Amino acid sequence: MDFINHQLFIKDINVHIDPILPKKTAIITHGHADHARFGHDHVIATKQTIDIMKIRYGDKCAKKFTPLRYGQKYSIKNYDFTLHPAGHILGSSQVLIEKNNHRLVITGDYKVGKDETCKNFKVVKCDTLITEATFGLPIFQHPDPKDEIQKLIRSVKINKNNCHIVGAYALGKAQRVMNLLRQQKYNEKIYIHGSLEKLCQYYSKEKINIGKFEKVSSKDKSFYEGKIIIAPPSALKDRWSRRFPNPIICMASGWMTVKQRAKQQGIELPLVISDHSDWNELLDTIKKSKAKNILITHGQEDALVYYCKKQNLVSKPLSIQGRSDEEIE
Amino acid sequence: MKKFSSLLHNLILTPSRNTKIKLLQDYFKILDINRSYALAILSDQLSFQFIKASKLRELVYEKVDQHLFDYSYDYVGDLAETISLIWPTKKKGKSQNLSTLIENIKKIKKSEINTEFSKILSELSNNERWTLIKICTGGLRIGVSERLVKTAIADLYNKSINEIEEIWHGLEFPYENLFQWLKNETSKPKIDFKKLFHPMMLANPIDEEKDFKRLDANEFQAEYKWDGIRVQLMVSSKSVSLYSRTGDNISSAFPEIIETTKGDAVIDGELLVGINFKPSGFNDLQQRLNRKKVTKDLQKKFPVFIRAYDVLFYKGKDLRKLSLVERRKYLEKFQKENTTNQIDLSLIINFSTWKELTKYKNNFHDDLNEGVMIKLKNSEYLPGRKKGYWYKWKKNPKLVDAILMYAQRGHGKRSSYYSDFTFGVWKENELVPIGKAYSGYTDKELLVLDKFIRNNTTNKFGPVREVKKEIILEVAFDDVFPSTRHKSGVAMRFPRIHRIRWDKPINEVLSIKEFKKEFKID
Repeated sequence: MDFINHQLFIKDINVHIDPILPKKTAIITHGHADHARFGHDHVIATKQTIDIMKIRYGDKCAKKFTPLRYGQKYSIKNYDFTLHPAGHILGSSQVLIEKNNHRLVITGDYKVGKDETCKNFKVVKCDTLITEATFGLPIFQHPDPKDEIQKLIRSVKINKNNCHIVGAYALGKAQRVMNLLRQQKYNEKIYIHGSLEKLCQYYSKEKINIGKFEKVSSKDKSFYEGKIIIAPPSALKDRWSRRFPNPIICMASGWMTVKQRAKQQGIELPLVISDHSDWNELLDTIKKSKAKNILITHGQEDALVYYCKKQNLVSKPLSIQGRSDEEIE
Repeated sequence: MKKFSSLLHNLILTPSRNTKIKLLQDYFKILDINRSYALAILSDQLSFQFIKASKLRELVYEKVDQHLFDYSYDYVGDLAETISLIWPTKKKGKSQNLSTLIENIKKIKKSEINTEFSKILSELSNNERWTLIKICTGGLRIGVSERLVKTAIADLYNKSINEIEEIWHGLEFPYENLFQWLKNETSKPKIDFKKLFHPMMLANPIDEEKDFKRLDANEFQAEYKWDGIRVQLMVSSKSVSLYSRTGDNISSAFPEIIETTKGDAVIDGELLVGINFKPSGFNDLQQRLNRKKVTKDLQKKFPVFIRAYDVLFYKGKDLRKLSLVERRKYLEKFQKENTTNQIDLSLIINFSTWKELTKYKNNFHDDLNEGVMIKLKNSEYLPGRKKGYWYKWKKNPKLVDAILMYAQRGHGKRSSYYSDFTFGVWKENELVPIGKAYSGYTDKELLVLDKFIRNNTTNKFGPVREVKKEIILEVAFDDVFPSTRHKSGVAMRFPRIHRIRWDKPINEVLSIKEFKKEFKID
């Protein structure tokens, strides 16, 4: 742990992991905006993460890109880096750093459960584990996403005169919801908010089954009756959502576990579908990694630190600048 | 149970009143024993003697590490939801219906409560568990009033809501007579009105700009608004009983009223503490509230009386259809015939213009009134908060600037926001807290404060965060009293956040000495 600080910075070789500000060398775990930023000199990431960054920020969002396959080694001085699947979104990875026989893993955001839209998570054994803790409380025990998506399908069947607007993060969650709908044999065309279009096209190109989709356009109001529309959460409260007939506001997120959370946000149909590990998955990962030293980044770190200490593991929270709790996903 | 719990789940998430009514109507299409329980639950009339919040905590601590539970509860801000989510057993048993489940719980022996109730919790789904715990702890807080339930049912069965309101307090679980009447199998249930608590007539806040232009001052009379608790006193030759605004019988806590009152009437009034009909403030009254029994000592120290506003029945005669002015004559008659040291009459204020009334609203009797009530002279006594008859006009609140010191996460609709604020004033070079508020701010202000707290925490004490001392809150409050229980020596009545004073530097905030002087506390 000596070689990396609380900003996930390796001073010795001037390498950052998921830095918020432009840096010389940045290893990027995945394409979400709180991890992948514009303006680094050198970005090291999976090919898919690099593609996504280019879609979002343009081809010149970094001066130099080094794509790595999962497991492919990249060395700087006596540091060896490899990326491993994190199961969070398409292209997401954990970072394993090896130096003098010490293995350190930064999980990035990850989930353990099955997901057809990306390569699934694998535990990497290590000495030091830096894990996320977005859902680091025992109340978070994610249900089977298939049951959650069935709630949506049932509601669509019952409420024929309404349209369902599903709030889902534009990268990853939106496509996962689409894929889950397809898995459950929902074969209608899915309508999407304009900001999702390029990313959906990219997922299709990468052979992820998200089925037929079309950008929402200014059609007759009644056209959208009985349809499913997917939009980023910010659009739910916007004027944008008012053009639809009797919308039922849904949200696909792990936060939806807590009813009061859903109510605060005006969500009528909460769908507990998360791309982060729940409490049990976090504990399981800590155990299987065999790490003796556990550092916990953004999220609900208090409970997880307490738990680790009870297991006689060395543990403390890392507060990474620029990431306030509860805004991510 | 599955149906009822998904009803509650949907009700809590639906913002639309019409959708709520539709959901309730779908559920009450059938009227069976499950609906009897549901109605009792929705109107908060079902309670379990020995399953309280503390018992539930005890049960959950048997299953879950206490610290992990506490972290979670702090995050969720709702006991029922925290327990339902954290409960480790996810095995689903057979889904029992609501009535069977409740009857089974009622049969549990007190000695076996821990194992038996735990077993029941383990057999339920998350949502059912949440529902059951809500039922046990009472107070559903799902955004559905008793009145809305009645409205939905009345509408569904083509009855008028007023008819249901009228007989409501005479109905009892399992509501067979109500259900039969709804289904048109029998006539309306017969209720002995004299023995019944009658829903009170309530006032709406006045809109100074709109209402005073619209309303004719000559058609109204005014009375002072007192800061006690609203009560209904039922007097007959056989018995005397006292009810709170919600219809709870509180007779046993106020024996001096019960023992001395004579006559035959139903009186509406305000219960206050004071000697010779001089009210001494809500702080004193609080010493007498929420007690089942009361000692002689307390009675002597904090004697209570009733300031009568209105009369509903007099010698068996229903006066509710008469005008307020007519009813007042009966009230005065009752008072003359049955003079005691425990009942006086509310004073009627004469005024001819709204402007004239303003001075009565703001200044009177050492600040002990809360403002004025404005009542239509020819108003009938109508249950509920009907518009256009009675108005309340509260005096302007007192204001003080104080420094935000600590914050805690809120509950219910504010859960997981830092929305409970402790604020203080100077005591030499330190700050001393003078109060705590969790309302008054706008949604926008809450977001700003929440963000400030997250980014400026200097210390954590369990769920409480201490923050950098930079934000000044203008706090509005109804009154302030001396207190031995608080470090500052003062206790505020109903403090709320009026606004954030971005313009003021913290060294301009008062000292506790200055504060006490300004609000006349020694």
